[in-house]
Amino acid sequence: MKRLSGIKLPFRKKTETKPIEPLPLPRRVRLPMLMHCGVPCVPAVQAGDFVTVGQCIGTAESPEAAPIHASVSGEVTAVSEITLTDGHTVPCVEIRAEREQVLCPDCRPPELASREALIEAARLSGCVGLSGAGIPTHRKLAACEQFDLLIVNGAECDPALTADSRLMSESPQDVVEGAAMILRLLNIREARIGIMQDKLTALKAMADACEGHDNIRLYPLPAIYPQGAEKVLVFHTCGRIIEENQTAADQKVLVLNAATCAFLYQYSQTGIPLIERVVTVSGNAVRHPANIAVPIGTPVMDVLEYAGCDLEGMKVLVSGGMMMGECLNDLDYPIMRQQNGLIAMRKLKIPERSACIRCGACMRACPMNLMPLKLEEAYIRQDLDMLRKYRVTLCMNCGCCNYVCPAHRPLAETNRMAKAILPENRKGDAE
Amino acid sequence: MKKLESHSAPFLYGKSSTSKIMLCVILALMPSVLTGCLNYGLKAVILLGVTTGVAMLSEAFIRIVTRRPQTVFDFSAAVTGLMLGMMLPPEFPVKWAAAGSMFAIIIVKQLFGGIGRNFANPALTARMLLMLVFMQEMFTWTTPGGTTVTGTVEMLPDEHAPLWDLFLGNTAGGIGETCALGLLLGGLFLCIAQIISPAAPVAYLGSFAALTFIGGYDVPSQLLSGSLLLCAVFAACDYSTTPVTKGGKVLFGLCCGGLTYLIRHYGGYAESAPLSVLIMNLFTPMLDHICSPRPFGMVRIPKKRKAKQEHAA
Repeated sequence: MKRLSGIKLPFRKKTETKPIEPLPLPRRVRLPMLMHCGVPCVPAVQAGDFVTVGQCIGTAESPEAAPIHASVSGEVTAVSEITLTDGHTVPCVEIRAEREQVLCPDCRPPELASREALIEAARLSGCVGLSGAGIPTHRKLAACEQFDLLIVNGAECDPALTADSRLMSESPQDVVEGAAMILRLLNIREARIGIMQDKLTALKAMADACEGHDNIRLYPLPAIYPQGAEKVLVFHTCGRIIEENQTAADQKVLVLNAATCAFLYQYSQTGIPLIERVVTVSGNAVRHPANIAVPIGTPVMDVLEYAGCDLEGMKVLVSGGMMMGECLNDLDYPIMRQQNGLIAMRKLKIPERSACIRCGACMRACPMNLMPLKLEEAYIRQDLDMLRKYRVTLCMNCGCCNYVCPAHRPLAETNRMAKAILPENRKGDAE
Repeated sequence: MKKLESHSAPFLYGKSSTSKIMLCVILALMPSVLTGCLNYGLKAVILLGVTTGVAMLSEAFIRIVTRRPQTVFDFSAAVTGLMLGMMLPPEFPVKWAAAGSMFAIIIVKQLFGGIGRNFANPALTARMLLMLVFMQEMFTWTTPGGTTVTGTVEMLPDEHAPLWDLFLGNTAGGIGETCALGLLLGGLFLCIAQIISPAAPVAYLGSFAALTFIGGYDVPSQLLSGSLLLCAVFAACDYSTTPVTKGGKVLFGLCCGGLTYLIRHYGGYAESAPLSVLIMNLFTPMLDHICSPRPFGMVRIPKKRKAKQEHAA
């Protein structure tokens, strides 16, 4: 089968062998009301209220939202506002943690008997895609009446992240049981789990866990970035092409992250909503790179201190991966539900930019077969028709073109900005 | 509180750079340059040194005068100068070679915006200019043995040089044009290093060989003579002036081969290969336009419906 392009990256997984460790209870957490892709939640508590672990503090009034739960128990100190890295300003609930942590009495294992029950349970659990855009999982589950394939995304192709592969190595049973549960309730025939070839421990553990499940199969993926991108993953595991303006659901494929699957299983057993996630903390300013299970909303400062980060020497702090992450410049910023990594760097050496030499390396690297050099030309001229003609909207910002460019042109950034100047994209934002 | 820097993803950069690529090209040119220097001695070394040096100085000068970022250290000017020198006869007057170098860099390359922006290959354009101005000098060749030959090198081999001499460069011609082995080695190196794609040279030489065969000429000696190999391996793979798309490269090579055949056997001009590459340079944007790759998952809207949609909007 034809393979989509990509690039070989120097894998720097210092945390590959580091077991997941829990973070000590933070003093306080800040929970923004928008930690998913969609409409913000509405705060359900006021300053002075006392909340317990797992209590719903942000209600989802729109079906496009996933409710938000308290990750610690304690007193709500304020309902303030926070400006997220994408520019949205949303309400934010701040909680001061108490020493005694109390579980909310509402947390009961859900009764899962049907498709509708699973979708409702996923919605109530506040489950979102645990890496990437953070699409509420109930929307994904409900996007198609009858899926015929479940793809579990265990690729984690970013060179610095290991949170998912550690999860698959340590609790493979949760991932597989979660996938089996979804198969059963949504009446899907088969599940395929995509894992990068070079993640041997995760592959081994998952292979053992898959035994006894005839309809769940492992798919080793080539060790090429980006395998975790939805379109690439779907094409490589089942050969289906997600066309432009389509989602995976249009091809009757359900794509869920491995961590999301594992969470859904845990939720079905314990009823504790999404209040904690595993974050890879790495980078050359961090003395003890680690995979840490962090209560959602913990300020990044606490996580960095736990990992022994050199806060004085740190110059760049990245939320997410090395290829697609974004810079944080506030140490008080909370850990988000969809945040899979935190990378602290002493310095970032950015090579000097020079003129495009038209070598075509960006085109050969692009998994979507786009022409980044033409897109840059079109963006510089602000030529919207040319941007549309060369399909800038198909760009998924993987950054391959940027990585290979010998002139070090900021091609990924250009494409992001080019998508933003298209009026049809801006309209979507205002809604 | 300390200020953190903000950058845009990705935070990893590859090791490739423009200067590394250009140095690789210079390295790839070396086998045939060295053969030329061995064959013709000091005068060839001086000529090559002057064209390369003047090209780099012109690049530095024009970037200072126009107050633009200095680009001389990306070594693209050195590649141009070296290529120009390689195409000149060993006895060519040094001062006019220097003028050719200046013309290539200042007029053909920098006036159109510098690296990546010029539409015609600077070295080939300069060579054509020198040929038009210095008919006499440009057509006086010397064999490595010291015999002076006048006329067009392309037509000579059938009568003079045996095939093996053509292959090793033991024949009359431009300093760096004659050693077919060296040029092929250089091209192979660039293909393996993934700096050039073999599409254009293979299409070029393939179409030329096929036409030569059909036309009833001796294919090997036609392929090995003149500046065909230098143009096919290096000029037809120049980044700025040839198509960047795969289909474009193939079409470019095919058309170059056809043009070279026509000019060589029916045209009045001798320099068939440089001329055909230069002509095809003009078609580069068009070839890229018609050969742009289909994005993954793109839906082609039929023309009729598209017009209707636009009308509705």
